[in-house]
Amino acid sequence: MMAGGGVRFLVLLLVVAICGAASVIQPISDSHRSAALDVFVPVDGSYKSLEEAYEALKSLEILGIDKKSDLSSATCENVVKVLGSSSSTLKDAFYALKVNGILKCKTGDAVPKDIVSQLQVGVKDAKSLLDFYYAVRGLVLVKEQFSGIDLSLGDAEAIFRSIKALSQSDGRWRYSSNNPESSTFAAGLAFDALAGVISLAPSEIDQSLIQTLKTGILKLFDSIEKYDDGTFYFDEKSVNAHESQGPISTTASVIRGLTSFSASESTGLNIPGDKIVGLAKFFLGVGVPGDAKDFFNQIDALASLEDNRFSVPLILSLSSTVISLSKKEPLKVKVSTVFGSKAPALSVKLAQALKSGSKDSSVINNQELKFDADSATYFLDSFPKNFDVGKYTLVFEILLDDSTHEKVYITEAQTKVPIAATGVISIENAEIAVLDSDVGSVESQKKLDLTKDGAVSLSANHLQKIRLSFQLTTPLGHVFKPHQAFFKLKHESQVEHIFLVKTSGKKSELVLDFLGLVEKLYYLSGKYEIQLTIGDASMENSLLSNIGHIELDLPERPEKAPRPPLQPTEPYSRYGPKAEISHIFRVPEKLPAKQLSLVFLGLIALPFVGFLIGLMRLGVNIKSFPSSAGSAISALLFHGGIGAVLLLYVLFWLKLDLFTTLKALSLLGVFLLFVGHRTLSQLASASNKLKSA
Amino acid sequence: MVKSTSKDAQDLFRSLRSAYSATPTNLKIIDLYVVFAVFTALIQVAYMALVGSFPFNSFLSGVLSCIGTAVLAVCLRIQVNKENKEFKDLAPERAFADFVLCNLVLHLVIINFLG
Repeated sequence: MMAGGGVRFLVLLLVVAICGAASVIQPISDSHRSAALDVFVPVDGSYKSLEEAYEALKSLEILGIDKKSDLSSATCENVVKVLGSSSSTLKDAFYALKVNGILKCKTGDAVPKDIVSQLQVGVKDAKSLLDFYYAVRGLVLVKEQFSGIDLSLGDAEAIFRSIKALSQSDGRWRYSSNNPESSTFAAGLAFDALAGVISLAPSEIDQSLIQTLKTGILKLFDSIEKYDDGTFYFDEKSVNAHESQGPISTTASVIRGLTSFSASESTGLNIPGDKIVGLAKFFLGVGVPGDAKDFFNQIDALASLEDNRFSVPLILSLSSTVISLSKKEPLKVKVSTVFGSKAPALSVKLAQALKSGSKDSSVINNQELKFDADSATYFLDSFPKNFDVGKYTLVFEILLDDSTHEKVYITEAQTKVPIAATGVISIENAEIAVLDSDVGSVESQKKLDLTKDGAVSLSANHLQKIRLSFQLTTPLGHVFKPHQAFFKLKHESQVEHIFLVKTSGKKSELVLDFLGLVEKLYYLSGKYEIQLTIGDASMENSLLSNIGHIELDLPERPEKAPRPPLQPTEPYSRYGPKAEISHIFRVPEKLPAKQLSLVFLGLIALPFVGFLIGLMRLGVNIKSFPSSAGSAISALLFHGGIGAVLLLYVLFWLKLDLFTTLKALSLLGVFLLFVGHRTLSQLASASNKLKSA
Repeated sequence: MVKSTSKDAQDLFRSLRSAYSATPTNLKIIDLYVVFAVFTALIQVAYMALVGSFPFNSFLSGVLSCIGTAVLAVCLRIQVNKENKEFKDLAPERAFADFVLCNLVLHLVIINFLG
């Protein structure tokens, strides 16, 4: 029993801890590296497409995992095939060049001439943004990977202008001129393509063109989306586009475009720093994605942020969001880039520590953290005297020591981190008493030592009350109100009742009046075990204590009172599989022997034979069957019609359903009515003639 | 006494037979048909008594088919009989048409019920 409760409590604590950790941002760590090996698993030694191969190889390369040798042979074969063929699509050529950049399948002077001319034609003939993107970026990749080749773009400014024509006034872009839908994802592709044009251009591009593009980029940042904790991201406005991109790939596309744009031109971009950090927080806040595409976008975008020309975001992370006051643990803070590499010299200040749920002013004000150079952590080793257990929001500020770094690195103005401070809660004046209901006089009272499983033994009847009380105080002497305080009565027959202990004023108290509870206790007299649970996330000595037992003497159960529910013998069995349901079908009754049935089938035919014999003996004839051709035909049709209806009935019996039968029958019926009427009226007129003659 | 009673019975049967022989042939055909139908029904009942009524709907439809058609044949006989003045204006052909129609409807229901 003790173990079961303990497990449940542990689970609760873990849940609290996980919830706490989820809101704290950590830089990319080994958990990403091990997850990457699971996410990017090639099928039979190669990837389905070059795009997937590139995403996997790029992500693994950024994370510093060397898997190239395992994959290069099959993938390289594919790359060489695509680059050697003159019929490859622009997209294939683009991704083949991307993979080639990582695996170095083909380098140096071995320029794939077909592909280059194809890309150049692609740039000239491009109609849509994707064509521009693949062709221009493809040429940039050729320029990076191969030497000694003329990659003249022709009129670079004209290409720049024709791409620029797809931009919208709100900073978003269209995929092609005949598609009115504009997209944020496309904006990222466009920046990337334009950066390529700038780097390929034989002469400088007109500065006014670049300037208008920069205002367009700032416009795009006006449409950025935001969470309350300072996380920023881009998302598509319209979701109805047939290939709608999620926020992760959209944001990654924009970041890729921005970094390559800022790398290609010298004047620099002026993007607000809090948004850069917000974007980094967005990708780090995603955790470890399970999807390969998301994983690649996350890692690639973070790598772009880590290595860019406008500003590298610095991330503040806590080693633990739980601080034990009793162990005198210091508060440890690390500042690093998104991939966890070292930050420049800086100082971290704890600006505020706000206790959640109270309106008091900050407990800590503007305390500078000390720096430990060995572990590269900033720490606060002593908390002020008025720092009590509970939940806090810590507000940190980061100041760079060297002002020249301020151009390179960017930090959040204030980083808010929720933490929990734990400590030992003292339990005092714990006592349990049995009271007489009418006068309230104390019948018996016991002091409790909740650290031990005390063997308190009490007895009471239904006219009495039981009272449990204790006082909880924090290390600083304040009243402590726990999340959970349960009082449990458990009968010998495993029937359990749980009551909540309420805290009011200084005391936590529970009074149970058995007179009002007899029905809830199912009139079960006998020995009840008493168990007390006190637990809280910031209470280090949370407890589950078997206090003892109480002998209850309750009245007899009346006829109408509900019976106690059946208790499962094993408390966890209710989570186990249910008993298999066996269906009971009606067993078909035994059929008689086949021979007997066949004999009776023959017997059934006997009366018919008798009928035929009888007809012969009566001398029946068919002389009155009409002899003239017309009436004979209609008489034959009449009999044929009846036969057809009977045949239809047999078919109905064997396979048709009622509706088909009725449809066919209505047609046959009309026919039968017609010929029947004709035949019979002719017969009638014939017999009338006979009579009159 | 006993002899005389058996003789009386024989006389009774003989007179019945002679009276019946005067019945028109078409009525005799109908009578034969009724007897055929009833015997068929009886055989089915005997089968049921022997092996039990398990597919009860099949048994019912089989017996009711015979009984039903016998009843319809009796109705036909009443209408066709010239002695019955009540149906004097009714042509026997018309009565036969009714008989055919009713049989078709009856057997539609029977087949539906047969299962």
